[in-house]
Amino acid sequence: MQSAAMTAADTHRAILAVWRIEQPRLITSLARILRDVPLAEDLTQEALLAALERWPATGVPEKPGAWLMATAKHRALDHLRRGRMLERKHEMIAWDMEEEQQAMPDLESALDDDIGDELLRLIFTACHPRLSREARAALALRMICGLTTEEIARAYLLPEASIAQRIVRAKRTLSESGLAYETPRGEELSERLSSVLEVVYLIFNEGYTAARGQDWLRPQLCNEALRLGRVLTSIAPHEPEAHGLLALMELNASRTAARTDAAGEPILMLDQNRELWDQLQIRRGMQSLGRAHELGGAGGIYVLQAAIIACHAQAGTAGDTDWPRIAGLYAELTAVVRSPIIDLNRAVAVGMAEGPEAALAIVDHLAHEPALKGYHLLPSVRGDLLHKLGRYEEARAAFEAAAALAGNTREHNLLRRRAAEAADAAMSS
Amino acid sequence: MRFMFIVTSAHVGPPPPALLEAMHKLADREIKAGRMLDNGGLMPLATGAQVRIKDGQLSVVDGPFVEAKEVIGGYAVFELRGKEEALASATEFMRLHKDLFPGWEGTCELRAFAPRGP
Repeated sequence: MQSAAMTAADTHRAILAVWRIEQPRLITSLARILRDVPLAEDLTQEALLAALERWPATGVPEKPGAWLMATAKHRALDHLRRGRMLERKHEMIAWDMEEEQQAMPDLESALDDDIGDELLRLIFTACHPRLSREARAALALRMICGLTTEEIARAYLLPEASIAQRIVRAKRTLSESGLAYETPRGEELSERLSSVLEVVYLIFNEGYTAARGQDWLRPQLCNEALRLGRVLTSIAPHEPEAHGLLALMELNASRTAARTDAAGEPILMLDQNRELWDQLQIRRGMQSLGRAHELGGAGGIYVLQAAIIACHAQAGTAGDTDWPRIAGLYAELTAVVRSPIIDLNRAVAVGMAEGPEAALAIVDHLAHEPALKGYHLLPSVRGDLLHKLGRYEEARAAFEAAAALAGNTREHNLLRRRAAEAADAAMSS
Repeated sequence: MRFMFIVTSAHVGPPPPALLEAMHKLADREIKAGRMLDNGGLMPLATGAQVRIKDGQLSVVDGPFVEAKEVIGGYAVFELRGKEEALASATEFMRLHKDLFPGWEGTCELRAFAPRGP
């Protein structure tokens, strides 16, 4: 597999690629032996370090997965032995290595099993509601997606040390609270699932709307979240909200190529070139949405949001958008979950379905909503409605307020441009 | 990055059951890992047809095709982080053939989808 032309960096990347494919199986197998997910994760990381140390010299082995598994397994056995040795020393009993080997769990059969259940356990452990959302996101990216701490830090534009600390703390919390190895079942599963879905969507949005920094989009995080969404629908296939979330993410991600112009400036949905929307991804999203409906989940919060985006995905042109249906879906959504952000989105839909006047009434109602304080999209939507009503001077002020609140450089610039347009319109009116 | 893997071989006839089972397991794992989006095996070329243009002439040729050597036997579509991951994945897939289908020769070609957008 290796050639002389391969640089050290190439080899490093090749090793990480193999690692990411093997890692979930390594963790799940070790977790089953050790009955401790965070510990299993530590030991598989040690196997990665061993590979990073060895493989550049020896080349990637013929069966890299088996190599990693054997190495990780050794670490696990060592760990168990150390534990038992301590116990036995205490009892002053001689330690018999042969016997110890025999007493070890049946590794081979553990390795060969369907990993679905173990993977589910892994995800539920990583996304335990006891952990903060940020910690859950970091653990999920690390344990399920196989990202290194450095990669996670880069994706979140944070120092590596803060992510490392976040992970260490989260793992300690899990171990100390006795949550290191458990799988929710039945009703608890559905309940706990929402904590997982929340984190996956958080990761997706972090990538999709890139709250901070230069770029409007960080596709890597979107892709990781999509991947997590696919994992969830395949290991928890009867949960409509899992399909709903996947549909929502696929349908949103289908617009990726159309969301920015050649200079990287954002293009709003209604102005996008719909030929650039990824039809394969839209189809996948519609399939997931259909599946969620079949499972009786039409009223779920992710399913409703996906249904809204589906209205856009299916409209051939912006003018074909079924705004009354979108406004209706938002009304359903606000009945399920009270969120000023959803109200704001509903206002946009109502504006398109019934006109800016009706929408402005909703938006003005939200003006003193504490959750929207500092949220740039509130004055941004308001500016848009005022502009449509010909109240250009007020629109300019709203866009300027929105620009001042936008954390993303590209978005800031877009809002400044809209403020300037409103100012021009005010001058000439 | 989206990749298509295209497997070609001159070998005709079904793979041994052990290989089929191993490929099924691998595909199952890849789907559960969220990497594989789609896959499929193709019926023999003899049951297909080709529509060709040669010397400005359009013609339809039905199978079997005596001149065909390497034939596409199957494909898979993956969403992966990059070429390294695609290489690791394709190598694993081909290693199954090496181990479980002695004498089989063939190629797994991996190709990134062309990016969309500006």
